[in-house]
Amino acid sequence: MLSIKNLHVKLEEEDKQILKGVDLEIEAGKVHAIMGPNGSGKSTLSYVLSGKDGYEVTDGEALLEGEDILEMEPEERAAAGLFLAFQYPVEIPGVGNMTFLRTAVNAQRKARGEEEVSAADFLKLIRARAKELKIDAEMLKRPVNVGFSGGEKKRNEILQMAMLEPKMCILDETDSGLDVDAMKLVAEGVNALRSEGRGFLVITHYQRLLDHIKPDVVHIMADGRIVKSGGPELALEVENNGYSDILAEVA
Amino acid sequence: MGDVAENLSLTDARLAEMSLPTGGWSEAARSDALSRVRQMDLPERRDEYWKYTRPDTLTQPGAVPAALFNNDEAPIFGEMDRLNIVFVDGVFDAEASDDLSLEGIRIDRLAEASADIHWARDLYGALEAKGQDPVQRPLAALNTAFATDGVLIHVTGKPSKPINLTYHHRSETSDAILHHVIKLDAGAEVTVLENGPAAARFNKCMEVDVAHDATFHHVRAQGRDHERRAATHIFARLGTESVFKSFTLTANGVLTRNECVIELTGDDAVAHVAGACVGDGDFHHDDTVFITHDAVGCESRQVFKKVLRNGATGVFQGKILVKKDAQKTDGYQISQSLLLDEDSQFLAKPELEIYADDVACSHGSTSGAIDEDALFYLRSRGVPEGPATDLLTLAFLAEAVEEIENEDLREEINARLSAWLERHRS
Ligand SMILES: Nc1ncnc2c1ncn2[C@@H]1O[C@H](COP(=O)(O)OP(=O)(O)OP(=O)(O)O)[C@@H](O)[C@H]1O
Ligand SMILES: [Mg+2]
Repeated sequence: MLSIKNLHVKLEEEDKQILKGVDLEIEAGKVHAIMGPNGSGKSTLSYVLSGKDGYEVTDGEALLEGEDILEMEPEERAAAGLFLAFQYPVEIPGVGNMTFLRTAVNAQRKARGEEEVSAADFLKLIRARAKELKIDAEMLKRPVNVGFSGGEKKRNEILQMAMLEPKMCILDETDSGLDVDAMKLVAEGVNALRSEGRGFLVITHYQRLLDHIKPDVVHIMADGRIVKSGGPELALEVENNGYSDILAEVA
Repeated sequence: MGDVAENLSLTDARLAEMSLPTGGWSEAARSDALSRVRQMDLPERRDEYWKYTRPDTLTQPGAVPAALFNNDEAPIFGEMDRLNIVFVDGVFDAEASDDLSLEGIRIDRLAEASADIHWARDLYGALEAKGQDPVQRPLAALNTAFATDGVLIHVTGKPSKPINLTYHHRSETSDAILHHVIKLDAGAEVTVLENGPAAARFNKCMEVDVAHDATFHHVRAQGRDHERRAATHIFARLGTESVFKSFTLTANGVLTRNECVIELTGDDAVAHVAGACVGDGDFHHDDTVFITHDAVGCESRQVFKKVLRNGATGVFQGKILVKKDAQKTDGYQISQSLLLDEDSQFLAKPELEIYADDVACSHGSTSGAIDEDALFYLRSRGVPEGPATDLLTLAFLAEAVEEIENEDLREEINARLSAWLERHRS
């Protein structure tokens, strides 16, 4: 699904290398988790994959179903099936949540040469999905993320993911700021989308989310590289002992 | 000395090409207005009130020719149930206009009103004359003196549909002067719509007298022909518990100066003036607003938003004057620009002058660019850069557009804005 090879990334404005050779292979139907100390480059990886300005790829490649996504515009990557649930979802005053989502869904459909969804069908669908995530209808009418609590913003990201039905979902710390019940809701939202044809990359600091979303593979990122990969037990090890043992071991 | 001679010649040169309409009930008002023009002189660049906008093409003899705009976009408000009154290059077009009779309202034409219309005689030029103090507006006095036509609207009830003044532009050198007078009796309510480029040069004045408990809605769309020039004035006087709401959309135009002068003279009156403008290239748009609170418990709002690109210029001069006895005044003023590139500029002069002690007034003015984080967020969800920028631009304009109470009108305006933005993407 997503194949990242030897990815090197520096900041555009500064001479600062952030990713120093990331290799990652995410198969369709699998959930991979990335853990790692603050500042190790996890969010940077997710931004570079989704096409944010300010980064320069100096080496390596990233292919989504064999297609080089690094050459694409952000919207083309989205239409190709990539989705990023932001660590810090952006507030957009003046743009209604519903309008935003319908515009996005239809823009992607248009880019893929598919029919647009009618307003009525869209409404039906979004109401159902919102209900599953306990997002009330009133929130859908409000401007995107404006005045949403931290947890509401994260649930809104999952709602967007559910509506856009991407092939490759990257979740950047979607669990942070969530209470126990909300975390369950989010995990259920993710699990509901798990399928043969879909890949997940879940960035998290905590084992707790992974109790609900059982990952197939866990990676540890440190200083711009994947330094260790293993099964779900790796997340437990981090939870119990922190990163020092692992980092010492690979140093 | 040199200055005075030059100054005199500017006004004289303009007046030399014009003739004062004579006879009829408006004659005295016109000749008073002419004296005001002579005494004030037409505006010049060095006038403080014209610091940001060059008045020369508005004051010179004859209009600078303006090409006609050719596109197949249908005129705005065309699908609405309305009473349409059409002027072509400032000349009334009876054929294209609807029948002027409608329940709850009486409409006469300035050029036709040979019989004495008492209410109009008392009002014509009166609010304009009042509005010359403390700031002079010579182009409005020039209008009162020389207007060739206009409508005199007396609203006695609540007419069932809006009155639409449509201004077509057909001649590249037309120089039109229209003057409308609108009087709303107590408890009356009307919506007046205006649209169209009007002429190569357009000087328009509208005097609105809103009696107590009456409501006046005004929605105007100035668009299409880019080379047109316009100087417009609205003078309004508001009685007790009356409501005045005016919104203007301006798209294109090498020079537009819209002045709005409002006096809140009755307690608990409400005045909202809003504007959204979108300009590309040598667009120059000036909103100059002066609101005077002269009664207790009144509310005023000024909401002006400008989207500027490719070197376009936006100007806002807005003032709230709260007189000594105007306690419990609630005054709000915001003017903001969204600069889509570094060549465009926004010049703002917000002013508050307050003599009462128990008031709540706020004002703010900002210039900003598109929020890059928001843009990326939209694009990451699949919305291409062009439409995403449009969406953010419409969101920026929303506070002004939302001042329009009627949903259909709001949608008409938003549709025009969307279409314009789509045509003017980078
Ligand atoms: N635009 C930027 N300007 C300056 N520094 C940046 C920028 N983007 C990333 N960095 C730096 O790159 C490093 C990696 O940051 P990144 O946000 O990817 O870390 P992270 O692993 O997601 O951390 P956390 O767990 O705290 O979210 C940090 O040192 C960060 O300060
Ligand atoms: Mg991060």
